[in-house]
Amino acid sequence: MAMNTPKQTSHLKREILVRLIKAYLSDNFEENTRKIPYDMRPKGSEVPFRCCIHKERAILRDRVIAGLGLSIEDADDSELLSDLAKKSLERTEPEENPLTVLHTACQGCVPSRIYVTDLCQGCVARPCESTCKFGAIKVENGKSVIDPSKCKNCGMCAQVCPYQAIAKIIVPCENACPVGAIAKDEDGHARIDFDKCISCGKCVSSCPFGAVHKKSQIIDILKSIKEGKKLVAMLAPAIMGQLPCTPKQLKQAILSIGFSDVVEVAEGADITTRNEAAEFAERMEKGDKFMTTSCCAGYNELVEKHIPELKPFRSETKTPAYYTAEMVKKETPEAVTVFFSPCVAKRREAMQNPNIDYVLNFEELGAWFIAMNVQVSECDETAYRKESSAQARNFAVTGGVAGAVNTLLEEGQKAQPYIVDGLNKQSIRDLKKFAKNGSCELGNLIEVMACPGGCLGGSSSINSYKPALKQLTAYVNESPEIKEVVKK
Amino acid sequence: MEKISVKVCLGTTCFVMGSANLQELMEIVPAKYGDKVDVCGVPCLGLCSVDWEFSKAPYVKVDDEIIKDATTEKVLSAIDAKLEKK
Repeated sequence: MAMNTPKQTSHLKREILVRLIKAYLSDNFEENTRKIPYDMRPKGSEVPFRCCIHKERAILRDRVIAGLGLSIEDADDSELLSDLAKKSLERTEPEENPLTVLHTACQGCVPSRIYVTDLCQGCVARPCESTCKFGAIKVENGKSVIDPSKCKNCGMCAQVCPYQAIAKIIVPCENACPVGAIAKDEDGHARIDFDKCISCGKCVSSCPFGAVHKKSQIIDILKSIKEGKKLVAMLAPAIMGQLPCTPKQLKQAILSIGFSDVVEVAEGADITTRNEAAEFAERMEKGDKFMTTSCCAGYNELVEKHIPELKPFRSETKTPAYYTAEMVKKETPEAVTVFFSPCVAKRREAMQNPNIDYVLNFEELGAWFIAMNVQVSECDETAYRKESSAQARNFAVTGGVAGAVNTLLEEGQKAQPYIVDGLNKQSIRDLKKFAKNGSCELGNLIEVMACPGGCLGGSSSINSYKPALKQLTAYVNESPEIKEVVKK
Repeated sequence: MEKISVKVCLGTTCFVMGSANLQELMEIVPAKYGDKVDVCGVPCLGLCSVDWEFSKAPYVKVDDEIIKDATTEKVLSAIDAKLEKK
């Protein structure tokens, strides 16, 4: 099931966001930003993680840069955080690539490889030798030895060793990335290849050093509020399981930090469901073998960059965020729209959609509440302008999208859903196979979620999966049926 | 014997800084200690609002003892220590 990010690194990243927001709201943003590493590690304080206080501060400085929405790789070491803070205020739109790697934090890992430990007994059977297709492993002086020039890191020898004496050493980010977009360069630092990256955020969650950062847009958003603009919050359905309050209290809490209006993206999910159901029926009538959903931004990026042959099978229907943003901009053209997101990938989607101005993730929202002392459970309840359907509000849970579409299909046309619950190397191979064969024997409506568990398992979520699911399900259960909400 | 009381702060600050992950205590503690320990989530204990103390959140109270930067493991060992004394 969905995992939370390593607790210590997400605690650190959230603390920095809180301090950054407090600095912005103070009377001297630039100077107070410069001081963040020193406030967090004042003179004489203990050094919890690194070799010395100076390295601790240097790394915290770099983490602040990501919070400012800037690329850590591009910032020169000599630049003061106060100057970088100024730079973040001057930009007119967020930077393109949503992730950045903190090189000073990244260098602990040894390169991925297969390693024969001392436990090797140099046995007679030697299954490692016979199983290796590349002739890369031989017993010498009573112990197996790997020839690195021949070894392809397949790990077969490790699997067959009767003593489990061979270890496959992994680099967590490389291992987590389903598309091979992150790898160590010649200096041993991880580097992201953005031509391959699908913004799924798995590297962010997997790095035990917290070296992969999301570039925040929080400064851009705070600045828009200060300039007196009318900001509209568009809440992804997954948010309803994230904080210890009711959905209506959450709306009031978001209004209290400076937003003019708050709408549920579930409104758009109702439209997505209606269109996708109609499209599915039409495609099946036409003789198509299967259709995939199209609402997950990570999956959409995967199709664009790695499986273009899947495009004809992917639904043409737009995402809930798309329809919601379209509605908001139509009603209020001057509105600045902010999508509240459980994941990194939606930043990419937002960048390609002129109707979505900014993306704020759940962690950043949580940090904002802390910075402004908002006690969500004590907020009044404010109703949403529209009651969205139970099915739309359940889009955040794996199986929810296919389930919603199926509710709107007539008897006899019902889809047979096949759920891809999280993108990984195996599920990507499966998808490629479906595209190649032009058919999928496991179902005709393939729902794809990049994160295990659905959006609720997104890499920016605050709550752990089980209680989040319980909370969201309670909300879904008190919501109207989609057939009552969507008129044909 | 008087019961040990465990209060997990579910105020906004603690929740965001990690007590979301401590909700597992509501299942683990009764399973491990039965009726010797009472565990519940409580609204903001007010510990985070002092100066910059938010950075030490999440907070948990085991009887009168305040646990900063609380983790499931820390809370369980605090309970064990209290039970040993009784």
